Amino acid sequence: MSTGVLEPVVPGPSAPGRIAGGVRQWGPALVLAAFGLLLWEGLVQGLDVQRFLLPAPSAIAGTLWEDRSSLWSSGLYTFSEALGGFVAGGLLGVFAALVFARWRGLGAAVMPLAIAANAVPIIAFAPITNQWFGPLEKTSKMAIAAFLVFFPVMVNTLRGLTSVDPSAIELMRSYGAGEAQTFRRVRIPTSLPYLFTALKIATVLAMIGAIVGEYFLSSQEALGFQIRNASALFDFETAWAAIVVASLFGIAFYAAVALAERRLMGWHHSTRGAE
Amino acid sequence: MLFARGNVQALADIDLDVRPGEFVSLIGPSGCGKSTLLRVIGDLVEPTTGEALVNGKPARRARLDRDYGIVFQSAVLYDWRTVAKNISLPLEMDGWERGRRAERVREMLELVELTGFGGHYPWQLSGGMQQRVAIARALAFEPALLLMDEPFGALDEMTRERLNSELLRLWSMMGATVVFVTHSIAEAAFLSTRVVVMSPRPGRIAGIVEIDLPQPRTIDTREDPRFFAYVTEIRELLRRGGTSSAAPGDAALAGGGQPG
Repeated sequence: MSTGVLEPVVPGPSAPGRIAGGVRQWGPALVLAAFGLLLWEGLVQGLDVQRFLLPAPSAIAGTLWEDRSSLWSSGLYTFSEALGGFVAGGLLGVFAALVFARWRGLGAAVMPLAIAANAVPIIAFAPITNQWFGPLEKTSKMAIAAFLVFFPVMVNTLRGLTSVDPSAIELMRSYGAGEAQTFRRVRIPTSLPYLFTALKIATVLAMIGAIVGEYFLSSQEALGFQIRNASALFDFETAWAAIVVASLFGIAFYAAVALAERRLMGWHHSTRGAE
Repeated sequence: MLFARGNVQALADIDLDVRPGEFVSLIGPSGCGKSTLLRVIGDLVEPTTGEALVNGKPARRARLDRDYGIVFQSAVLYDWRTVAKNISLPLEMDGWERGRRAERVREMLELVELTGFGGHYPWQLSGGMQQRVAIARALAFEPALLLMDEPFGALDEMTRERLNSELLRLWSMMGATVVFVTHSIAEAAFLSTRVVVMSPRPGRIAGIVEIDLPQPRTIDTREDPRFFAYVTEIRELLRRGGTSSAAPGDAALAGGGQPG
């Protein structure tokens, strides 16, 4: 009676298609960035801008190359602080979200406070965490980074855990599933896109937390210390070079999380096509 | 049976007996409580008074025994699972071992004519194909009872008619009892052995129409004068609304066919 008419299926992009897609996606941005750097170089040279106000990209690149080994170890030092804070704040945020999603009453009581706390400029606490955990210790920067990471991770993950299609919950109920099964099989997978969105923001926040924490007081090895110190001495090439290193670590951090997202969630529509 | 929430009474005095192997449709305007009645049968909501019996046992027991499969208006496939893994989900939860699961998934894919699509993700399928996966999932563990809540409501007319025919084919093969909620008079008349017409606020049974059309039903059925007579009868009942009254009491439901 029925002949099984097959509807068309969306094909995945072929390998050459992906490369062409990558060029289309990144090409314009790369061209624009190159143009911006050339313009910067040209203006600094042409207008004879004082080098202590704004060094030319070529000067920054030179310093970056000369000081590469010390900048690299400073970058690693600061990144390790950011990573520690990211892991601690992220784990606590996910754990809190699971607790608040399971016991909604508790969540309802805590959420307004959490949202209020999220609006507090937490970075203002950096001098205090410095004193709590010791200004020369990495843990003091990890603490402020963890603080910054905790709230967006918790709020987003909780939203993901609780925004499941009611029919999906009914389906689990029809299978006689309990609360734990429903969490494991539906709520947690549904929350993953929300979690990863938060984790990507969190990489940036963790770097900010670590570097700003270092501005106040830190080991001389830290990037934040280098930026602050070089600026105070009008050594702007070094300050800029350190900022470039901080940016590179930040971008790599973000990209690593985005890559993990793609690997873990190939099924999700946000990881398909151009982002 | 009564179902009330807050100040809104969704259902009143529903007394319905479904026989094993029947295909019963619930039809009525929005707000007549037909979806609520389906959820009472499936123990997804509890009636305020009265009870639903499935295969002679309370709905809750029947749910925990996995006596029914359910299909919603949207396919409700889990995005992170392939088609095959979506179909095998209830089997996993029922503790089937891997080899038996794979075998059953293969059979079900064949049954809904999606052989070769087991490795696809839901987003790679059209709406009609997704709904066929949902049906395969609901039937995978051979429940005695299949509950369907406007399963083809979001599909275009052509796909809907094709899936209507496929559903009847599956029903005749598996011998399950079906309770089917729909907005469509033609769909109800085409699919059902009995159509329960409901009227709103609070939802009650306005009348029941026995559809005595021969099986298997085909495209020709849709052009049969008796089919149109049934469509007219249902339409008249819907228009008259709640003029007929049903006796108060319990809804008893017997699922038949192969036990799960």
